[in-house]
Amino acid sequence: MKLTGAQAFLKCLEEHGVEVIFGYPGGALIDVYDELMKNDKIHHVLTRHEQAAVHAADAYGRIKGSVGVALVTSGPGATNAVTGIASAYLDSIPLIVFTGQVPTKLIGNDAFQEVDIVGITRPITKHNYLVKDADDLVPIIREAFHLAKTGRPGPVLIDMPKDVLATRITYPEAKTISMRTYKPTYEPHPGQIEKACQAMLKAKKPVIYAGGGVILSDSNEELTSLARQLNIPVTMTLMGLGGFPGTDPLSMGMLGMHGTYYANMAVANCDLLIAVGARFDDRVTGRIDAFAPHAEIIHIDIDPSSISKNVRVDIPIVADCKNALVAINAWFARSSEFNAKECLEKNRPWHEQIKEWKTKHPLGYVEETDIIKPQFVIQKLHELTGGDAIITTEVGQHQMWTAQFYHFNKPRQWATSGGLGVMGYGFPAAIGAQMAAPDKVVIDIAGDGSIQMNIQELATCKQEKLPVKVAILNNGYLGMVRQWQELFYNKQYSSTVMEVAPDFVKVAEAYGAVGLRATKPSEVEPVIREALKINNTVFMDFVIAREEGVYPMVPAGKATTEMLLV
Amino acid sequence: MKHTISVLLQNKPGVLSRVTGLFSGRGFNIESLSVAQTLEQDVSCLTLVTSGEDTIIEQITKQLHKLIDVIKVTDMCEHDNVEREMALIRVKAEAHTRAEVLRIIDIFRGKVIDVGPKSYVLEITGKASKLQAVIDILRPIGIQEIVRSGTIAMTRAQKS
Repeated sequence: MKLTGAQAFLKCLEEHGVEVIFGYPGGALIDVYDELMKNDKIHHVLTRHEQAAVHAADAYGRIKGSVGVALVTSGPGATNAVTGIASAYLDSIPLIVFTGQVPTKLIGNDAFQEVDIVGITRPITKHNYLVKDADDLVPIIREAFHLAKTGRPGPVLIDMPKDVLATRITYPEAKTISMRTYKPTYEPHPGQIEKACQAMLKAKKPVIYAGGGVILSDSNEELTSLARQLNIPVTMTLMGLGGFPGTDPLSMGMLGMHGTYYANMAVANCDLLIAVGARFDDRVTGRIDAFAPHAEIIHIDIDPSSISKNVRVDIPIVADCKNALVAINAWFARSSEFNAKECLEKNRPWHEQIKEWKTKHPLGYVEETDIIKPQFVIQKLHELTGGDAIITTEVGQHQMWTAQFYHFNKPRQWATSGGLGVMGYGFPAAIGAQMAAPDKVVIDIAGDGSIQMNIQELATCKQEKLPVKVAILNNGYLGMVRQWQELFYNKQYSSTVMEVAPDFVKVAEAYGAVGLRATKPSEVEPVIREALKINNTVFMDFVIAREEGVYPMVPAGKATTEMLLV
Repeated sequence: MKHTISVLLQNKPGVLSRVTGLFSGRGFNIESLSVAQTLEQDVSCLTLVTSGEDTIIEQITKQLHKLIDVIKVTDMCEHDNVEREMALIRVKAEAHTRAEVLRIIDIFRGKVIDVGPKSYVLEITGKASKLQAVIDILRPIGIQEIVRSGTIAMTRAQKS
């Protein structure tokens, strides 16, 4: 039986177990949307902006551990998707974005709603395709799923001209995908594992530096057992939060620009740094020559180009983090040289040193009785959700406060735009997360600036009846930029004052959602409690201390030991 | 240091742009570039010359390898290899210089491939340094136009 391209497209999504897609229709996609209406296996979430569709698909994939799918039309639909694609690319999130395209015959003619989206997204996708022949559509989709989720994951874009979607084809049988040019290395080299384990045996001041790769490879358990067995303190990147329990005594929280004092001090003084699925990003390293200057560095990463890109690595291990950690744990399990008690003894002075740093400069803030401190809101959110909510954020101060004060104990309960730093990510991400986990509490922690970048998604929430909660930390500023202006630009608050802002309670109500507000610390808990009870989308507007800063802070370009403290 | 990098890639539209985009996007430099089909119809060989410290070259080869359409990346500097470039040179050839041009081109084992009333077009192949030498010697006679190809390279046969 022959199928149209549009029918084959949906059938191929079903073949890959896709249940939810996020999208926005348009002329070039009308054949697909026509078929979608008849399809009862795939649920289409109509966002109110294509950027939101891509962020939602991104977070859906993160929370579910699968490949998110977004569907947008040609031209402006495709260009609106670009920010979402770039964000997924920088965070290595498996995602497929399907774009409509003008009919093949019109490509290159500057036709209505035509744009060379394959050209535009080349540097921000793992790979991308223009389907020129309808018979290639299904094999390309299969290859795209394979590429998106294997190796170092990432977004793949497939551009589908309108005529391809209307052409009748024979649906090709599934076969195993083998690509001549693409064979990621999953298994670690035994010699490198041996070297790494020997280094761990010797080390007196080791630190594990865990990144998003731990989450992506689902290797949090292996990482946790390694850290506990060898008694190694763990610090995480923004993307790695939840890869190791944040409330574990061995956790030092996040490192880097807004990392904890003790995590940064530990990295600066360690004699062995074990980087797992992390990429030595500038927000982590600070001034590069002062980063872990005394350490031998082990780097586990599936992407060879990540290794020795920014920082020289002594023991590179190209492999899937999980396989590498399994191999390392197995080495210690059979090693006669390893003795857990000795290991504990050997590291004792190091742990005492870290404890001293923790006591000297714990993560904290100055509490006040009459004005709401943003950190207090995060602490309350953590407390009242039992640390178990799925949290998304926008980008800015609220994002860093969340990373510092919501101690994630599990992977896949956290979605933030780490690499690209997209304001407007969190709300659509919360929609994706809630679709992936309907029974979970999902909270977008936002700023009053960034929530306005995709505030129209209130309509999507209503339409899908999603009880997403949004906690707006409202300081009337673009707070992070304001903080830099305060510290480094003579307090000239150029364009960071939000002189005009909507009444967020009324905005929520206008969309049929619920709006709550807290202006005093005593109102924080009741507002959160009430919001959690309401089976509807809720905006919680927390009017917070206006000029509260995020601390510690490593000024850009400085060594991570040169922190500004509370 | 200069490196000649040979890249085998899928012979498909857009692949060259992935390679050049990678260079421009990451601030790497391309000094010369040459691409054509190999024995296999669906595989092209791209030879490029770039320069940079070892860490940069390492990133370049890794990033090239990461491109899905790239089959193989070889840094020719790590191998014993032969390299060639070609130049077409239009040089003034008037009554008193015609013989001299022919002598020079003969010394460099080049060829005259087009003869005009007042000029020759010469074809020279060799390493970049040889082409430069020819150009330097012909310059006083009067070079009107030069077109040079990118470098192409091949590893030498193994000795043992």
